[in-house]
Amino acid sequence: MTKRCTGAEIFVKSLSREGVETIFGYPGGTVLPIYDKLYDSDFEHILPHHEQGGIHAADGYARSTGKTGVVIATSGPGATNLVTGLATAYMDSVPLVAFTGQVPSHMLGTDAFQEADITGISMPITKHNYLVQKTENLARIIKKAFHIAGSGRPGPVLVDIPKDIMMQEVEFSYPDRVDLRGYKPNYRGHPLQIKKAAEKINQSRKPVLYAGGGVIISGASSELRQLAEKAQIPVTTTLTGLGAFDERSRLSLGMLGMHGSTEANMAISHADLIIAVGCRFDDRVTGKLDEFAQEAEIIHIDIDPAEVGKRVAIDIPIVGDVKGILTELNKKVTEKSGNGWGSQIQEWKDMDCRKCSEIGENGRLSPGPIIEEIDSLTEGEAFIVTEVGQHQMWAAQFFKYSHPRQFITSGGLGTMGYGFPASLGVQVGNKEAPVFLLAGDGSFQMNIQELATAAKNNLPVKMVIFNNQYLGMVRQWQEMFLDKRYSSTCLRRRADCPPRCSEPGEDCPEMIPEFIKVAEAYGIKAEKITEPEDVRPALERALAEPGPYLLDCLIEVEENVFPMVPPGGSLYEMILEEESE
Amino acid sequence: MKHTVAVQVANESGVLARIASLFSRRGFNIESLSVGQTEKEDVSRITLVVCGSQRVLEQLEKQLNKLIVVYKVSNITNDPAVSRSMAFIKVRADYSTRSEIIQIVDVFRGEIVDVANDSVMVEITGDEGKINAMEELLEPYGIIELVRTGKIAMTRGKK
Repeated sequence: MTKRCTGAEIFVKSLSREGVETIFGYPGGTVLPIYDKLYDSDFEHILPHHEQGGIHAADGYARSTGKTGVVIATSGPGATNLVTGLATAYMDSVPLVAFTGQVPSHMLGTDAFQEADITGISMPITKHNYLVQKTENLARIIKKAFHIAGSGRPGPVLVDIPKDIMMQEVEFSYPDRVDLRGYKPNYRGHPLQIKKAAEKINQSRKPVLYAGGGVIISGASSELRQLAEKAQIPVTTTLTGLGAFDERSRLSLGMLGMHGSTEANMAISHADLIIAVGCRFDDRVTGKLDEFAQEAEIIHIDIDPAEVGKRVAIDIPIVGDVKGILTELNKKVTEKSGNGWGSQIQEWKDMDCRKCSEIGENGRLSPGPIIEEIDSLTEGEAFIVTEVGQHQMWAAQFFKYSHPRQFITSGGLGTMGYGFPASLGVQVGNKEAPVFLLAGDGSFQMNIQELATAAKNNLPVKMVIFNNQYLGMVRQWQEMFLDKRYSSTCLRRRADCPPRCSEPGEDCPEMIPEFIKVAEAYGIKAEKITEPEDVRPALERALAEPGPYLLDCLIEVEENVFPMVPPGGSLYEMILEEESE
Repeated sequence: MKHTVAVQVANESGVLARIASLFSRRGFNIESLSVGQTEKEDVSRITLVVCGSQRVLEQLEKQLNKLIVVYKVSNITNDPAVSRSMAFIKVRADYSTRSEIIQIVDVFRGEIVDVANDSVMVEITGDEGKINAMEELLEPYGIIELVRTGKIAMTRGKK
């Protein structure tokens, strides 16, 4: 006999049935019934200090474990605080289920206290969303939400639950499976298309594999490696694809795109065949579209048919799951001992384009060596989580990623404030693993309140702040393309500074805040590093500390990220280094 | 180029909002849209007339298919199909012009559905061209108000 349960009980039981272990959530008026049931449940519940922190943490948890992240927020402001996190997850295809409380059904549409139309607001930034209208539907909707979030091309799903729905009692039964008439992702690639692709690969003299985050989501790294090795195809990855292919391999070209490596961008520009796998030809990847890969035919493998042909015309589209398709493809490609352009690629590689001085010009730290030090100290095994900006690009360029899910970053949306809470989620999902947050001094302050979450849960994330006292990436664009007019990018600037100033100097005011004092206020150990020789010992102390640790690294203030494809430029027109004056 | 697209969707609240939001967000240009229930209670059908190149249309179909509430998208532009829209036209008419107007309406197999002292209301059903022609002919008398539905369409024969 089925037992009668309240909506809140159904919620808790349904989550258990979905195998959920960890919930990131922030309570409030309309989710009180759920929180009352959570009080007696076995879930690990992490309380962030802002709903945005909660959803980014759930996102980091999901990206690093491959499980679906779960976040709870209350109605109104709680729900709207999830918006950036939903958009971030949607852009990078992260499986999340966000539950929001809602005002009771009879008050919907009356502008009740803490009412916001979150299903309306989140429509374009979720894979799907639901407003639960009857308690009888709740279990089925939760089942559907997890199914949609985690299958096909994953993405966030929001479930909005009015408070009365949580309190009403109905009979509970959880469906084993759901059948959604309008949602049937196609997993199996068309055999004929696969055959055509294999033929093209076998004929190609200058092939390149261009791998995106889809390879990681699909769990297809070893199939990708097999293809690359069997047919001797060099591999470049996107930002979100870092880790899909071992960068220590001879066949790795590193990242492509705006701040990609010379070898990757030149190889794409001169290839006769591009095999694009689990990626979407983002504008930061392609540069000027008309001049992208002009000499190449393109095979595009992706599970989302809408990505095929969206920005670039495709010669051989294969829609389906990357892993299965690569497995089939590997059976059909012929083994090669080398390809027609290995020596050409080696020439580009030898240019070693990543420019970062050993020591900054003004004696301050240089960012590249700090990241290489982290790589060497952790033997390349750490999770690297980033915020957004210059440090994010350095993190992409200077660490050698070897495993999928190792590099966690907001790629599509470029969300400042993502990294720190995400790193906490990564640590929650991977308790024993070393987790490094690489942050800018600007981004870190966008969710700095989560220091409390790190401290209270003793999450041993090592926070490394690349402190240049500027919003560095924006400043770089101002320097390069806007006559060095540093409009609102100096973080040392105070009200009594001259109205226009583009020359950082000795007399500039001190940076606010002093990060190590902030960390101390939360009971987190911290040090400030100014000398290159202090970097390694400080990192060793951080790693030895069982709790969280913050390193405030004062880096060269006007260091730039190179190479750079100027906005609107072609991939082969990279700016390789600073123009000397 | 104009395309006619038939979309089967779930008959539930918020579906139209999802579709409208998709169009505005992705910059698709809708010329007309009509929606109503079908022979199945849980399915509604939307008939869209959209402008754009073949490539734009392909992307539109794919994006529509991504919506969970969308069951089926068919481009019926080149299929043999019957399509109609309807219009009400309120036109100035006094004793001297009324009979002329009635004649024109008769030729077009329209109907006069309301008569007032100084105006008549005409109902006309047909394809776009027919309604445009009717409008043009009534124009000189002075059109007071005009409302037209979106197009609905169905392919001929089986299917």
